[in-house]
Amino acid sequence: MASELTGVFALIVNAGLVIASALTLLASYRVIEGPTVPDRVVALDTIGTNVVAIAVLFALVTGEGLFVTVSLVLAIIGFISTIAVSQYVIEGDIIE
Amino acid sequence: MNVIQQAVVVALVVVGSFFLLVGTIGLLRLPDVYNRMHATSKATTIGAASMFVAGFVYYGPQGAGLTSIVGVAFLFITAPTGAHLISRSAQKMGVPFFGDDTSWPEEKDEPGSN
Repeated sequence: MASELTGVFALIVNAGLVIASALTLLASYRVIEGPTVPDRVVALDTIGTNVVAIAVLFALVTGEGLFVTVSLVLAIIGFISTIAVSQYVIEGDIIE
Repeated sequence: MNVIQQAVVVALVVVGSFFLLVGTIGLLRLPDVYNRMHATSKATTIGAASMFVAGFVYYGPQGAGLTSIVGVAFLFITAPTGAHLISRSAQKMGVPFFGDDTSWPEEKDEPGSN
């Protein structure tokens, strides 16, 4: 696999990485400020999806295919945590 | 990696960044938790899936590329499920709609219906 990325390709992928990171920081505004608890859960879900995209872009930048697997694991953890928090909010309990 | 492959990866990364941008702007700007859930659950899912397809084009059909396709399928299955659960819990918590024009449909009081 090409370890040295060239020219426009490296520029665009690095720019995508910067954009996704900045959007993750912006979404944390809704986590802190959000009026209700489901707002915060939605914002944390968005942060999880953004971090998945960041991991894939990092795999493209460094050429390490392992980070794609890391992103898949992050997606699984985000889904399970979303289910757990929404169940806890309405039931008061996750596993009864 | 040849030129066509690089061009396809660059195009997919640009499309994915655009959809992530739209989803996060919707999360920050829309007035209601249901609207925000609607914006993020579609746009950021498409954005991350586009990044995964870029990874598939970069790594080919084996190894990390195969993991990328599994990631696309996983996102398309789980993101609507999570969004539905969040909006359902918001309704059960009694989070109101923005504005007075919309309301929940009338629930029938049948035994066994939720």
